Amino acid sequence: MGAGRLYAAVAVGGFRRYATYRAATAAGVFTNTVFGLIIVYTYLALWDERPHLGGYDQTQAVTYAWLGQALYSTLAIQGGGTEKDLMARIRTGDIAVDLYRPADLQLWWLASDLGRTLFQLLGRGVIPFAFGALVFDMALPHSAATWAAFAVALLLAAVVSFGIRYLAALSVFWLLDGTGVNQAVMVLGIFCSGITLPLNVVPGALGDLVQVLPWAAQLQMPADVLMGETSPWSAYGFQAAWAVVLLAAGRVVQSAATRRVVVQGG
Amino acid sequence: MTETGTGSGTVTDTVADAFIEVDRVEKVFDVRRRTGFLKRERRQVRAVDALSFTVARGEMVGYIGPNGAGKSTTIKMLTGILTPSGGRLRVAGIDPARERTRLAHRIGVVFGQRTTLWWDLPLIDSYRLAHRMYRIPDARYREILDRLVELLDLGALLDVPVRQLSLGQRMRGDIAAALLHDPEVLYLDEPTIGLDVVSKARVREFLRGLRDERGTTVLLTTHDLQDIEQLCSRVMVIDHGRLMYDGPLAGLHEAGESERTLVLDLERELPPVDAPPPARVVRVEGPRQWLAFPASASAAPLVARLAAEYPLVDLSVREPDIEAVIARMYEERASA
Amino acid sequence: MGETGRLREGTRAYLLIAAMWIRSTMTYRTSFVLTAVGNLAVTGLDFVTLVLMFAQVDTLGGWTLPEVAFLYGLSVTSFGLADLLIGSADTLGARLRDGSFDTLLVRPAPVLAQVAADRFALRRLGRITQGALVLGWALCAVHVEWTAAKVLLVPVMLVSGAAIFGAVFTAGAAFQFLAQDAAEVQNAFTYGGTTLLQYPPTVFGKDLVRGVTFVLPLAFVNWVPGAYVLGRPYPLSLPGWAAFAPPLVAAGCVALAGLAWRAGLRAYRSTGS
Repeated sequence: MGAGRLYAAVAVGGFRRYATYRAATAAGVFTNTVFGLIIVYTYLALWDERPHLGGYDQTQAVTYAWLGQALYSTLAIQGGGTEKDLMARIRTGDIAVDLYRPADLQLWWLASDLGRTLFQLLGRGVIPFAFGALVFDMALPHSAATWAAFAVALLLAAVVSFGIRYLAALSVFWLLDGTGVNQAVMVLGIFCSGITLPLNVVPGALGDLVQVLPWAAQLQMPADVLMGETSPWSAYGFQAAWAVVLLAAGRVVQSAATRRVVVQGG
Repeated sequence: MTETGTGSGTVTDTVADAFIEVDRVEKVFDVRRRTGFLKRERRQVRAVDALSFTVARGEMVGYIGPNGAGKSTTIKMLTGILTPSGGRLRVAGIDPARERTRLAHRIGVVFGQRTTLWWDLPLIDSYRLAHRMYRIPDARYREILDRLVELLDLGALLDVPVRQLSLGQRMRGDIAAALLHDPEVLYLDEPTIGLDVVSKARVREFLRGLRDERGTTVLLTTHDLQDIEQLCSRVMVIDHGRLMYDGPLAGLHEAGESERTLVLDLERELPPVDAPPPARVVRVEGPRQWLAFPASASAAPLVARLAAEYPLVDLSVREPDIEAVIARMYEERASA
Repeated sequence: MGETGRLREGTRAYLLIAAMWIRSTMTYRTSFVLTAVGNLAVTGLDFVTLVLMFAQVDTLGGWTLPEVAFLYGLSVTSFGLADLLIGSADTLGARLRDGSFDTLLVRPAPVLAQVAADRFALRRLGRITQGALVLGWALCAVHVEWTAAKVLLVPVMLVSGAAIFGAVFTAGAAFQFLAQDAAEVQNAFTYGGTTLLQYPPTVFGKDLVRGVTFVLPLAFVNWVPGAYVLGRPYPLSLPGWAAFAPPLVAAGCVALAGLAWRAGLRAYRSTGS
C-alpha cells in the first residue's frame, strides 16, 4: 500500500470512530446551539454599546460567535481529540506497538485527527452554524473563492490544533499522567483561541500577545478569512509558520521519546 | 430426572421451606432496532418465558445456559434490579421489585466480571463501607470478617489497594464483600471466570464450606462445568427464556447425550486407533489423537484397553463443553 | 419506609460514599491539585471574559460591572454548590452503558443518593470559591440601599439557586435513562444555564427570557430576585412578590425532578436498558 493510501485509510478510520456515536453527536449539536445563542446575545449587547469594536460590525460579531461553536469540537479547542487516545497508549505502553509499525507516528496520528476533524465539522459543526445563519444576520461571503479560501484556512487551523495537542500528548512520556497537561490544554485553548471573546477585542498588551500565539491560528484566522477581514495569504503565512514550528517541535520531542522507549525496552 | 413445565405450567410442588419461589414469571422487552438511517423497527422479545422453579433453603443450584438465554435477566429479577412483566416472584418471602432495599439486606451478589470493590483503596476500606452501609453490628462484623479473612486467606491483602490485586485475589475479595452482612442467599455470576486453577479450587472449596457451615442458599451461573460438578447437586438449564432442564448434573449429560473427549499422545504417528464403539476417533494430528465417547460412560475400561494395545505416552480426558451440551439438547427439542 | 426515613437513609448513604470518593481521589494527590487548580482557572476565565468586555464598555445591557458581577457570583456559587453535591450524576450514562449501575441497585440505599455521591469530587470547591470571591467583591462594589429583606435574600438565593440547579442535574440524570449517550444535552441546561445567568436579563431576547422565567425557571436563581436587590426593573412584568419566590420555585423544581427520576428509574427497571 502506498504511503498516501495508508494515511488516507487511517484518516477514514478516525472519521468512522467518531461517526459511531450518533446520539452523542446529536446531543453535542444541541448543546453547541444553546451556547451559540447565549454568546450571540452577549455579543449583540456588547456591539450595541460599541459598534465596530475590534473592527467588526454586529453581523460579523454574530458570525464569529457561531463559527466558534461550529469549530469548538471540530478543532478540539479544549482538547479531547485523538490526543486522548495517544495519551492512553503512552500510559499503557501500547505505544511501543505503534513505534514498530512501518509508518510515521506523527503522520499516523495527524491523519487520524484530521479524520476526526472532518467528522466533527460535518456532524457537529454545520448544524449550529446553519441555525445561526437562519435566525440571525450573518456576514457570509457570496463568492465561492472566499469559501474555498476559508476551507484552506480551516485545514491549516486543524494542523496547528493537532500540533499543539500532539506535543501535549507526548509530554506523557515523561509525566506519566496526562491530567495536568489536559488541564493546561483546556485553559489555554479556551482563552487563547478566542472562543469566549474575539482576540481583536482583547485590550492592551494581552490582546497583542494572544494574537501572535498559535491558538490565534485556530478560530480568529479562519473567521477573518471568511469575513474578508484579512488577506488569505497573510493568514496562511501565519498559520503555516506555526504549523511548521509545532510539527517540527513534535518531531524533535517524538524522537527523544522514542529513544526513551527503546532504552527502557518498551 | 425432574423436568419443570415449559408450556403446560406444571410446577414442582411448593416445598415447605422454599426460599426462592418463581412462578410463571416472564419478562418482555421492547427492542428497537435501527433498520435504516432514520427508520426503526420495534419488536417484543420474551427474555424470560413462563419460568417456574423453587429453590429450598441451603440448596446450591447451578443456573446455566448460552449467552442471551435469559440467565442474567432472571438473576436481575431475583435481586430486584428488574421488575417482571408477569408472574409471581418471592425471595425469602419478599417481592424483590417492590422491596428492593429490604431485600438487599438479605442477599449477596457477586458479579464475576465487575468488581464492586473500591479500585484505588485498600481492600479493608470496601469492607468498612459495607459495615456501615448494611448497618452490621460491630461485634458481628468483626466475627464475620475474621472468619471470611481466614477462609478466603485475605489476611495479607486487607491493606493492599484493590487495583494491585490479582484477578483471583480480587474475586475472593468480592465474595467476602458480598457475604459480610451474612446474607441468606448468594447470587454468583461466573465466580471462577478467568481464574487460574489454584484460585478456582480455592473459591470452590470456600463455597462448599459456606453451604455446609452457614446453610447459605447459592444460585450460581457459570460456563465452567466443573463449578457445577463440584458444587451443585442440582442444575437448571435455560434457553430462549424457558427452563429446559432441572435436575442433577448426571441427568443433564443423558439429556444432552453429551460426549467427553479422550486425548491420546502416542509414541509416533499411527493410523486412527481401533476403539470399541460407541467411542470413535474424531481427529488425528501427528502422534496425537482425539476420541469421543459418551459422557455417561466410564473412561477407565476404554483407557485400559487402549493402553494395552497402543504405545501411549500421555493421555487426558476433557469434560464436555457446557455450551455444546446445551446446544445439542436444544437441537433435539427443536427437532422433536 | 416513609419519605423522611428515605431522606435520612439517602443522606447517610450519600455521606458514606462521598467519603470513600474523597479518599480515593486523595491517593492521586498531584492529579487532585492539578484538577482543582484547573477547575478554578477554567471557571475564572468566564469572569476574565466579563472583565475584558467591561474594559471596552461601561455597561452591558444597561448594567454596570459590579451589578453583572453580583449576578455572576450568585450564578456561579449556587451552580457550584449543586455541581459539588450532585454534579457527577451526569456520569450515570456511562454506568448504564458498562452495566455497573446494576451494582448500585443491589445495595440497601436509595439509588439517587448513590448516583449523586458517585465520583464525588472536592476539586469542585474551586468553582464555589471563585464564585464566592466574585460575589464578595460585587457585594462591596454595588450601590444598594440594603434592607433586612435584601440582606436576607442573598443567602436565600444561593440555597434556592443550588436547589434549582440540583433539580436540573437530577432531571438530566433521569433523561439519561432514556438516552444513555446523550449526556451532553444536559450540559446545555446546566453549564448553559449558569453561563446565561452570568449576564443581565436585558441582554437576551424576550422569548429566551420568558422561557427561562416561566418554562425552565432558572431566572429565579438570580435574575428575578437579583433585579429586586439591585433595584432594577426586570424585563418582564412580574408581581412584586416574585422576588421572594425562589424557595417556592426551588421546591417545585425539586419535586418535579424527583418525579422525573422515579419515572426514569421505573422505566429502567422494566426495560433493563
